[in-house]
Amino acid sequence: MNIQRKNDLMYLVLGLVIFGIVYGLMEGGMIGSFWKLNIIIICINIIMSASLNLINGYTGQFSLGHAGFMAVGCYVSVILTTNFHMPLIVGMLAGGAAAALLGCLIGLPTLRLNGDYLAIATLGLGEIIRIVIMNINYVGGAAGFTGIPHLTTFPWVFFTMLVTLFFIKNFVNSTHGRACIAIRENEIAAGAMGINTTKYKVMAFTIGAAFAGIAGALFAHCFYIINPSSFTFMASFNYLIMVVLGGLGSLTGSVAGAFVVTALSAALASWPEFRMIIYALALILLMFYRPQGLFGYVELTAFKPFRFLDRTKGGRE
Amino acid sequence: MAAMLDIKDINVYYGAIHAIKGISLTVNEGEIVTLIGANGAGKSTTLRTVSGLLTPKEGEIKFLGETISGLPAQDIVRAGISQVPEGRRIFANMTVMENLELGAYIRTDKEGIEKDYQMVFERFPRLAERKEQQAGTLSGGEQQMLAMGRALMSRPKLLLLDEPSMGLAPLLIREIFNIIVDINKAGTTVLLVEQNANMALSIANRAYVLETGRITLSGDAKELAASEDVRKAYLGG
Repeated sequence: MNIQRKNDLMYLVLGLVIFGIVYGLMEGGMIGSFWKLNIIIICINIIMSASLNLINGYTGQFSLGHAGFMAVGCYVSVILTTNFHMPLIVGMLAGGAAAALLGCLIGLPTLRLNGDYLAIATLGLGEIIRIVIMNINYVGGAAGFTGIPHLTTFPWVFFTMLVTLFFIKNFVNSTHGRACIAIRENEIAAGAMGINTTKYKVMAFTIGAAFAGIAGALFAHCFYIINPSSFTFMASFNYLIMVVLGGLGSLTGSVAGAFVVTALSAALASWPEFRMIIYALALILLMFYRPQGLFGYVELTAFKPFRFLDRTKGGRE
Repeated sequence: MAAMLDIKDINVYYGAIHAIKGISLTVNEGEIVTLIGANGAGKSTTLRTVSGLLTPKEGEIKFLGETISGLPAQDIVRAGISQVPEGRRIFANMTVMENLELGAYIRTDKEGIEKDYQMVFERFPRLAERKEQQAGTLSGGEQQMLAMGRALMSRPKLLLLDEPSMGLAPLLIREIFNIIVDINKAGTTVLLVEQNANMALSIANRAYVLETGRITLSGDAKELAASEDVRKAYLGG
């Protein structure tokens, strides 16, 4: 356990260094407002892809409704901050809790389904959430919710992202995480080993939904207006692309996937007609040459130059 | 003496299909009992019902005097029944060691677990050589050994084996069956489902013959192996 803590400390230092550099560049005016916003979006997308990876990559439950949970967190938080003038942290926690509750309630029946059937059920779920929001006049319906205070700052998203990554990393390396991976590898065998498969599937789904809700809260407070059309099936699909591109079951992969996809689509913003083509081409090429994603099932520390970051390798505890 | 496992008149359905039609059987402590029969007779279904992966619609299953039918699989493992599923179903992307660790998932006694790793490696020396190897890269026989080792890690009182000879070379089948006898001698009761009736009857104490969801014959394994009917139907003359 001690080695684990030392590892965590090292990652924390690394995170702080990255934060220092990027924040310094932002404050120094080296990064313009366009990229500043995109860096914030990258951090939010990392939270989304890491939490989706917990469901899709580690537990092996194919979910296509992640944007729906983001929408729930988004709207719950803006109601609190805009209509009741609560601070951002309250909005984030309430948004996360609401999404988690919904994830748990919906996970219980739908997680009995497997593979394609679960994908279709979660797809429908995401659409239902969006359409329900669209029909609630209190939150502005299809026109969107306006007058949101601009509370999301780079430190907020960066540190929330760090907390998310730490939480998911430690969850995956715990007994619970092992149970989730066993379910992905073989659900019947996992059940035969004495793992309560339903419990862990719902647990992964709930935790994933909670972080999506938190990401939604951060996302909402980047802009003055939010609109249900930000949470369509295409948005869920986009997060799925990040996870698959980075590598199912690799947290570093999720970070890389979110970074590459978001940065690519931002860089191509001036040529919107080429964006989807390049996107699609990148995916086809990746599936040809690296079907397991950029990182496959392994983390960055499995590669030689980065091995120093992980001292737990080379001897079990 | 009451039986260790007592199945009373269970009926199991897959949707509208009536797969098990009122099967009753018993397994006494220390025995090797085998279920034999053709494809689709309901052998695996019976086993999956005992281990809790399926629930009987009617009937009762008792283990050591307690009713276990209707309990979820994880509680049945905790009660002391461990299953080696059909087709091995190892965790292919994990190492041999990680597979065994998951076998001990329900246990918390660290020293006992350590001891049992040694026990498994002594019984299957080939697994010891391949501790850090990815389980999916093992040969079929080694995977079967791993699946059995993994099941033993929960230290079961009753071991359920579903077609351990499936897809293995004859020599390996013999090796696996010798190991089953050893495991039984070491104190684990075994319920074995097999298509290879010859091999199964040669190591079992008692046997049940299943035909389309019903038990048609039962009794001493040696006697069944000698009986005309069984020879004709399952042993190729």
